Amino acid sequence: MITLSNVLFKWHAQQASPTINIASLHIEQGEHVFLHGPSGCGKSTLLSLLAGVTTPNQGTITLLDKAVNQLSNSKRDRFRADHIGYIFQNFNLLPYLSPIENVILGCQFSKLRQKQALNNSPSINLEASRLLTALGLTDALQHQAVSKLSIGQQQRVAAARAFIGSPEIIIADEPTSALDTQNRQAFVKLLFEQAKATHSTLVFVSHDETLQGLFKRSVNLVELQGGTHVAA
Amino acid sequence: MSLLKLAIKSLLNRKASALLTLFTIAISVMLLMSIERVRVDAKSSFSNTISGTDLIVGARTGDIQLLLSSVFRIGHANNGVSWHSYQYITQQRGVKWAIPLSLGDSHKGLAVLGTNKDYFNHYRFGKKQPLRFASGQQFNHLFEVVLGSEVASSLNYKLGDKVVIAHGMGNTSFHNHDDNPFTVVGILEPTGTPVDKTLHIPLAAIDTIHGKSHTHEADHVEDESHEHEHEHEHEHEHDEINLVGNPKQITAFLLGFDSPLYTLQVRRNINQYKPEALLAIMPGVTLRELWEMLSIVEKILLLFSIVVVLISLLGMLTSLLSSLNQRRRELAILRSVGARPWHIFTLISVESILITGLGCLLGIVLFYGLMLLSADYLQSHAGISLNIALLSSYELMLLAAIIAAGFIVGLIPATRAYFYSLADGMSIKI
Repeated sequence: MITLSNVLFKWHAQQASPTINIASLHIEQGEHVFLHGPSGCGKSTLLSLLAGVTTPNQGTITLLDKAVNQLSNSKRDRFRADHIGYIFQNFNLLPYLSPIENVILGCQFSKLRQKQALNNSPSINLEASRLLTALGLTDALQHQAVSKLSIGQQQRVAAARAFIGSPEIIIADEPTSALDTQNRQAFVKLLFEQAKATHSTLVFVSHDETLQGLFKRSVNLVELQGGTHVAA
Repeated sequence: MSLLKLAIKSLLNRKASALLTLFTIAISVMLLMSIERVRVDAKSSFSNTISGTDLIVGARTGDIQLLLSSVFRIGHANNGVSWHSYQYITQQRGVKWAIPLSLGDSHKGLAVLGTNKDYFNHYRFGKKQPLRFASGQQFNHLFEVVLGSEVASSLNYKLGDKVVIAHGMGNTSFHNHDDNPFTVVGILEPTGTPVDKTLHIPLAAIDTIHGKSHTHEADHVEDESHEHEHEHEHEHEHDEINLVGNPKQITAFLLGFDSPLYTLQVRRNINQYKPEALLAIMPGVTLRELWEMLSIVEKILLLFSIVVVLISLLGMLTSLLSSLNQRRRELAILRSVGARPWHIFTLISVESILITGLGCLLGIVLFYGLMLLSADYLQSHAGISLNIALLSSYELMLLAAIIAAGFIVGLIPATRAYFYSLADGMSIKI
């Protein structure tokens, strides 16, 4: 569950109009939301706020009944480790780790997610492997050097990392922008499947409106901010 | 997967630059350790060269020149001490023993020392250790020679071998008296001092190899010594006379007293001795002075090696800082999975400690390799006996200081990464 109320955010105090100005946004637990808008409308900033890396100047961000903007920095970091899976646009993986190790990294900083991962499989390694297989990566690919994987395959590893340990919230920041149309749809469907399996909320950000049809709910960030948006 | 494992994997991913940095540190550590080891060992080899001798007497020159020429066989004393003065001074009250030294001849580049039997009984080195025979005994006849340990080992001489001794220094001499070979009768145990590189022959034999007929000389000596007989006693009168002879002059001589109280008194007398300009030095004092003089060089060496270590650490700083910009993505990914800025800080710190630590380890390995390779050379060419022992607490302290310096240097990129990870957040730059 995600709730934003009266959230105001400026990168600099002198900024004329805020980068983020959201009166109200509510996303139910398990909901899959398509968040879109043109480049520079504040998507990345909103995601940083949701992930708890930055805090709003005003307003409240409530994740899973917790006002994360009121937590201390380290508590927010721990909250993110425990409850949020994050997928970047591209280059999601640490090049010096194998795909399996990259996935395991997802619960490296969270005891809670390690515990939850062990609910599904006898070991963290097996759980990582299970997720990768579910996302369509063969056994051979799971131990290959990350640099030898295609971008599509890399994004699946990133998705597995986001899902390991069943975090309640998955944030995907244009994860399909480097993929071709066919792969995009397949990737989004895989995300849906996994999110459904763990009953995770999925916030999917993209400027590619062709994907909109796949989601039950979509939010236009420009409209959400009252249509008065000024580029950051 | 711990941060340590992450740091190792991340370093392995940047093998080339990490290894280069590591090697730079290793070489600088090797350099520093070697210089320190040689310095410490040189100092102890040095101050252990002679002990138990109260005064060294020679022709008037500088204190240090006299020490160098008489004990270290470095340089050449232009003047000597007349035999008459030697005899006069050694009769002074309190003189327990006297060792005449006559230098200037060589055998295959090694010094030949003409002396008496007191040399084997009273000469001391290190912590007042006497000379010991590895085999054989001291000379009892004119054409007998006692070898220092290195002379025997490097020239492969054994007891009973015949050795030809030339006049003058250096390998090539004009007068090779093949007709006067010396028989090896004794080989000394190693001392780590110039004694090891010395051939000891009876003082009387020096004149002989200089072309004087020894038979005539010996007769003459006998006449002369009878005149002194009533003044001082010799235990083995006849042998002693034959072996010491009656040279015109000697290079220098060593004195030992019944009590150290005589030292200053006799020293003053010698320095004011009218018939001849002489100089008496106390070896301990002059050794210290000499070391003080050399210690400037030694301090400069130390300074240079410390600078080399600092440069190598700056090299590490450069490579860590330049890689950091390319790693902002890596840091953002770590942040996205819940790593705190402190984790990022630790990660980079661990990397710098790893590089410095491994660099030190490799440096120690290289250091021991270098020591093993150069110990023989240093022993034979510089007279420094290297101590290939475990690391001393002082050396361990040096290593700890280097690792600490590496850690401190590593704080700079670590702090930078810390702030990058705060500022970048989830947005990946580059």
